[in-house]
Amino acid sequence: MTINLKPSTHLLHALHAHQQQHRFISDQAMIDIAAQFNIPRPQVEAVTEFYSFFHRTPRGRFDILFSNCTSCGDLTLMQMLCEKLHIKTGETRADGLISIGETSCIGMCDHGASALINSMTIRSISKSMIEGMAELIESDTKLSDWPQNWFQVDDHIRKKGLLLSNSFEAGSALKSMAGRSGQDLLNDVTSSALKGRGGAGFSTGLKWQFCHEAEHETRYVICNADEGEPGTFKDRILLNSHADVMFEGMTICGRIIGATQGYLYLRGEYRYMLDALETTLQHRRETGLLGKNILHQGFDFDVHIVVGAGAYICGEESALIESLEGKPGIPRIRPPFPVTSGLWGKPTVVNNVETLVAAASIILHGHHWFTTHGTWQSKGSKLLSVSGDCARAGIYEYAFGISVQQVLDDAGAKNVQAVQIGGPSGRLIGADYFEHLIAFEDLATGGSFMIFNESRDLLAVIRNFTHFFAHESCGFCTPCRVGTTLLKKGLDKICDGHGTAHDLDELNRTAALVSRRSHCGLGMTAPNPIRDALKNFHPLFKQRLLHQEMEPEFNLDAALEEARALRNGN
Amino acid sequence: MSNASNTIKIDGVVIPFKEGQTIMDAALAADIYIPHLCHKPGLSPHGSCKLCTVDVNGRCVSSCTMPATEGQEIDNNTPALNEVRKTITQMLFIEGNHLCPSCEKTGDCTLQAIAYHLGMLDGHFSQFYPRREIDASHTSLVLDRDRCIMCELCVRASREVDGKDVFATSGRGINRHLIVHSPSGKLGDSNIERDDLAAHICPVGAILIKGDAYKVPIGQRTFDLHSVAETNLDKIILTKVRHHDA
Repeated sequence: MTINLKPSTHLLHALHAHQQQHRFISDQAMIDIAAQFNIPRPQVEAVTEFYSFFHRTPRGRFDILFSNCTSCGDLTLMQMLCEKLHIKTGETRADGLISIGETSCIGMCDHGASALINSMTIRSISKSMIEGMAELIESDTKLSDWPQNWFQVDDHIRKKGLLLSNSFEAGSALKSMAGRSGQDLLNDVTSSALKGRGGAGFSTGLKWQFCHEAEHETRYVICNADEGEPGTFKDRILLNSHADVMFEGMTICGRIIGATQGYLYLRGEYRYMLDALETTLQHRRETGLLGKNILHQGFDFDVHIVVGAGAYICGEESALIESLEGKPGIPRIRPPFPVTSGLWGKPTVVNNVETLVAAASIILHGHHWFTTHGTWQSKGSKLLSVSGDCARAGIYEYAFGISVQQVLDDAGAKNVQAVQIGGPSGRLIGADYFEHLIAFEDLATGGSFMIFNESRDLLAVIRNFTHFFAHESCGFCTPCRVGTTLLKKGLDKICDGHGTAHDLDELNRTAALVSRRSHCGLGMTAPNPIRDALKNFHPLFKQRLLHQEMEPEFNLDAALEEARALRNGN
Repeated sequence: MSNASNTIKIDGVVIPFKEGQTIMDAALAADIYIPHLCHKPGLSPHGSCKLCTVDVNGRCVSSCTMPATEGQEIDNNTPALNEVRKTITQMLFIEGNHLCPSCEKTGDCTLQAIAYHLGMLDGHFSQFYPRREIDASHTSLVLDRDRCIMCELCVRASREVDGKDVFATSGRGINRHLIVHSPSGKLGDSNIERDDLAAHICPVGAILIKGDAYKVPIGQRTFDLHSVAETNLDKIILTKVRHHDA
């Protein structure tokens, strides 16, 4: 049986539509939606409570979520707006006009402070814009009447390489497949030595081969456009300006592995691109690049788009599949892997946007075109999302093997204290590491490149990342569910100046356990910022300790503060 | 396909396994104890509590979900792994509200028994003291979420054995919690019955049978008489509450 999930019948879409109209998901709405989808009510409740963008209590007619990312967030601006509108974060004002909250990185790191307002992206927020926003909100002005340049998102491509410098005509890669066998095409992908661009670096050719060989009548192709790693925004550019190449990569994958249905899982933060992507799909259908008997080559393929709702974990491929199936994004037990048992239990390829763009280009230009770039273990190019303390944040495409220092120089970064390579789940490196190279065999990365100069409080950055993971943990396994919160509390204590040498040991011990014993990649990498900082930036912690020996857990003065205030007030 | 020569090695002991068995299945069949909370033979494995974490050829895996394959050399009962398990047990204690001396389940509680087994003497970490809902709406059952450890045994027992789907988990991260399939979300409105496996399978005191709490006196309860490391305990635990005099 083939189950081709239509976007209009997707639980996440139904919940989004309901919330847009009613501003929250009520108990009755959950019962109604469960009946509509013929699923148990608890599944609707679990999904509602799992995804950050769904709410069980009413939000304001203007619902603003400020990014709390170190690159595209500035919570002082959020506080400013809260004060102007007389509201506290997380609350909805009594008149139902406005609610303000925080959200994880929304992928606008090259635009400075940004936020989501009723699911639309508003970027480069300044103090003067906050003034303007407050007035527009108080006067209940429709979003369509707000200054439209506030919503204008730019690509900011600073350096073009192998992929970005090629002009691509829609359909050209598909046309080049005429007369070639599936095996021949697969050989091209395999010979290109293309590895997954999401960060894990698994051979794309092998993945496609395994899926092709898995015994089943139905197979699926999924494009993972859920780039939630703080500091990453390269897929945003590809989705915005190179969607045809990406869809072509999916179609080629479908032809090679024998799939007729593909899904693009778009992160909820990128909802503003949905209409344009649907238009591209429709255009491809009308020009014979999607649908039945594509370009008379005897194969069928189509793509549906499913939009997420605020869950970093859905970037993990098996969690993404769960989400596509209308469930909370909890990573599956592996084995089996998606290539043998993925969406609805069918063999499934899940590839990153950039991987599929590269694959389409490889089919068009041949594998030699690709392998002449890069290093011996990392062929081709990598898109880096450069942000933070530099003169020119944006997208830089390099052949693999570029040094960190070269990227810093190109981006105009000075007095650099540290770089977070691959985002919070990656590596935090200091100046002694800047001659290392971006490559799978040296510094592997999904593309996030966050720069922190000497003026930054690096401990505050690490604290931000640690809070991020505690917020995004799915809660399935004990080490990650409890451990990420323990790390958050432990680091808070140190940052607040109450930490002792013992707390550092504890942090180290808990971090090691969470890294090693968690169920999936989120837990395994969540302690990375703390572990790297303890290793590479140890003095930062030392300076912040209250005593070198110990401090009691119980702070008598703090506990008595309220009672004393009451007594003094009398 | 079964092959008599299929073997794995746990702490140096060679044991056989059948095709399709997990490391946990093979260990239990060979009377080797690997600490576990979310696993119960007969229900689909879950792999969430992570107490059954073992090192297979140096790689960390959950033994309840990892298929046994020829040539696996497994570290299980080592001081380092038991220390890890003790820490995980402490995590389970401090994230909830577990007050053993006043809990009806004391002595029959697998979490408590494992804590003793692993030599846990305190919670080590600061308590989280979460606020969680208690549901006493059912005529013969109580759901005390303070003690829930998210093992989802009740979820699976209800779905796979009782055929009812009474329980599910909701929320994210540290806010994860058990929910009930009924119009009001209350247990009293659900179709769970006293004799369902889901009503009896809770390894801690989160789902209790009303009126049964002290039928078996403290001192004569499962783990007063048995070690949690006995591998044939499941029958004893599941029948104890109902037939304590047998």
